Amino acid sequence: MAKVSKKKTPMKEQPRRERTKNFDEVPYGYSEDDAVREAERCLQCKKAFCVAGCPVEIDIPGFIELVRQGKFVEAARLVKAKNVLPAICGRVCPQEDQCEKVCVLAKKGEPVGIGRLERFVADWEAQHGQIAVPDKERPTGKKIAVVGSGPAGLTVAGDLVQVGHEVTIFEALHKPGGVLVYGIPEFRLPKDIVAREVQYIESLGAKLVTSFVVGMTRTVDELLEEFDAIFIGTGAGLPWFMGISGENLNGIYSANEYLTRTNLMKAYLFPQYDTPIVRGKRVAVIGGGNVAMDSARTALRLGAEHSIVVYRRSRTEMPAREEEIVHAEEEGVEFEFLTLPVKYHASNGWVKQMECIRMQLGEPDASGRRRPVPIEGSNFRLEVDTVVVAIGQSPNPLVPSTTPGLEVGRHGNIVVDSETGKTSKKGVFAGGDIATGAATVILAMGAGRIAARAIDEYVQTGRW
Amino acid sequence: MTADEDISQNIAVNEIVKKVELAHQIKLFEISAPHIVSRVLPGHFVVVRAHETGERIPLTIADVRAEDGILVIIFQEVGKSTRQMGMMGEGDSFADVIGPLGKPSHIERFGTVVCIGGGVGIPPIFPITRALKQAGNRIISIIGARSKSLLILEDWMRPFSDELFITTDDGTYGRKGFVTDELTRLIREGSKVDRVIAIGPTVMMKAVSEATRPYGIKTVVSLNPIMVDGTGMCGACRVEVGGETKFACVDGPEFDGHQVNYELLLARQAIYLRQEKEAMELFQRGTRNGEGE
Repeated sequence: MAKVSKKKTPMKEQPRRERTKNFDEVPYGYSEDDAVREAERCLQCKKAFCVAGCPVEIDIPGFIELVRQGKFVEAARLVKAKNVLPAICGRVCPQEDQCEKVCVLAKKGEPVGIGRLERFVADWEAQHGQIAVPDKERPTGKKIAVVGSGPAGLTVAGDLVQVGHEVTIFEALHKPGGVLVYGIPEFRLPKDIVAREVQYIESLGAKLVTSFVVGMTRTVDELLEEFDAIFIGTGAGLPWFMGISGENLNGIYSANEYLTRTNLMKAYLFPQYDTPIVRGKRVAVIGGGNVAMDSARTALRLGAEHSIVVYRRSRTEMPAREEEIVHAEEEGVEFEFLTLPVKYHASNGWVKQMECIRMQLGEPDASGRRRPVPIEGSNFRLEVDTVVVAIGQSPNPLVPSTTPGLEVGRHGNIVVDSETGKTSKKGVFAGGDIATGAATVILAMGAGRIAARAIDEYVQTGRW
Repeated sequence: MTADEDISQNIAVNEIVKKVELAHQIKLFEISAPHIVSRVLPGHFVVVRAHETGERIPLTIADVRAEDGILVIIFQEVGKSTRQMGMMGEGDSFADVIGPLGKPSHIERFGTVVCIGGGVGIPPIFPITRALKQAGNRIISIIGARSKSLLILEDWMRPFSDELFITTDDGTYGRKGFVTDELTRLIREGSKVDRVIAIGPTVMMKAVSEATRPYGIKTVVSLNPIMVDGTGMCGACRVEVGGETKFACVDGPEFDGHQVNYELLLARQAIYLRQEKEAMELFQRGTRNGEGE
């Protein structure tokens, strides 16, 4: 056997110059040859650290071996035994912090491109019309309500419907997918991929009800009269603002609004679609996470001449995935590091300038990252016509505030037992961002997996 | 089987079962929405999306008939989306009707309440007026419009009003002037007023709040900023009340009228004027071409 390459098999991407002019997906994915070549790099470790690094415990060496043998459908099915959203996870999981981080190859070079292979098998199965519905367990007669159709809810629904429970998913928006449809842009996660994986969960037998706002259309208590258990996965849908002067001026968006208008409502296709958006020429995006990268890259595609990320620490401390930062840099996103907005200046009700102060890094804080400290007198003004505030969000309060007996933590999160997802209210489970605060797709799915097991046990035994 | 289930078997959910043109470009729809109506309280609103490429539009609720699963909405055609909605007819269905949303109106026995509705603010003030009347309040209603032909729902309001005053800007009906003129007159003449609730154009709600401020009369207004999701997720509808940022969709839509920053609200309501104009022009060109075919 030839010596194992130290580098991942490259994945072709849309040319840099082209891609900021459209919303099409940037990476094209592997060809069959690419996938097999990459699969051949896997050492097939007996003790597979990668599996332990995966929140949903996919049999990673197993599916990679099937790819190597060219058995792509079988590989896809093996992945889907543990993960009902493989095409999504293959694209948006932070593999570099999970499975790929602990890959033995990563010690001397690049790890196996597990995420790329996961994406490949899921796409291959769909493109070749090979998606099949696995056998289901006998119906149990138990009814489960899943509130929210984001990553956590879809995982719970997929797991529970396969063991024979009757599952109904309630989604407040008019399209299923939660953050996968309103938050993550088309160029990173095409919406037909989300639709396909949601359809797969429906094909397993889960019922989907959109435009149904639990907490308002029906309360959790009302659902409890009809369902044996409820899973709440309503996400982190309450955007934070900085609370600085002028923040409500025209032209200043929360990232949630900026991305929802673009992704869910398709404002980039205005006026073919009715929802408008401000197409700024000088756009500042505040924050250093994936949502900030998504917003900055969206701004370019909406025609911005300058899309500037303003982040209070330095590049090293940015919480965004390296891949997203690199994509943003390649596309021409500009960065103002060690910079904190302090107020806005207006003209006729519209934002015109963002006043900032320069920061320096001091001692490490509770997060282990060096704390940014303002440099006195370093104020300066950035010319802007649009601002996107992407500094995070807290759990959506609609369900907690309308559900008596549900214990809520200091940050508005639903308090759960991390081993089971059980809340303080009998029959009610929760997981994902509503419990942990804003995190990642795969962590929400991991929490969904844990809750699904506990829900199954609870409805089967009746023991709380 | 409940009445709700019965209905859903015969009528598609979100279907327009009755359409009435109340005035020029003001339309009433009765929509079959049995899953929503049982939860609706005065002050709630819904978000509707007419079709697949449509906007999400917040609309106040004029009435419900819970036993029939019917939701009554009344809207004015102001832009492309509402114009297009106005072209929908009986038997057509909305892609989505979402709700009820927002915090319901605070209903209790306050004493004498002045209920003010301006233009298409009259439909949402109606269920609040009725509930306040039924809670034992003495109701003085003031409803107004630009002109007689645009004044709607007088016959709905009258049975729940101990006194009802009408104003039109041009004097074609009732007293000539604004609803605030009538309110100021009442207060000056010494009417005991324990609470005022006003719904209408932002400038009207601002004027009402200014009129009551010197007298310290508690004044509630229902704000109508631009919204997207209507569930607190996006922050499009943020308003400033008492110096604090609030989300009208989940913290409101009703707020203390004396605390609202109306200038900010007016500015934010105008964010998309240019795009709205562009969409309207394209739409009008499209419908004209359509007629020519």
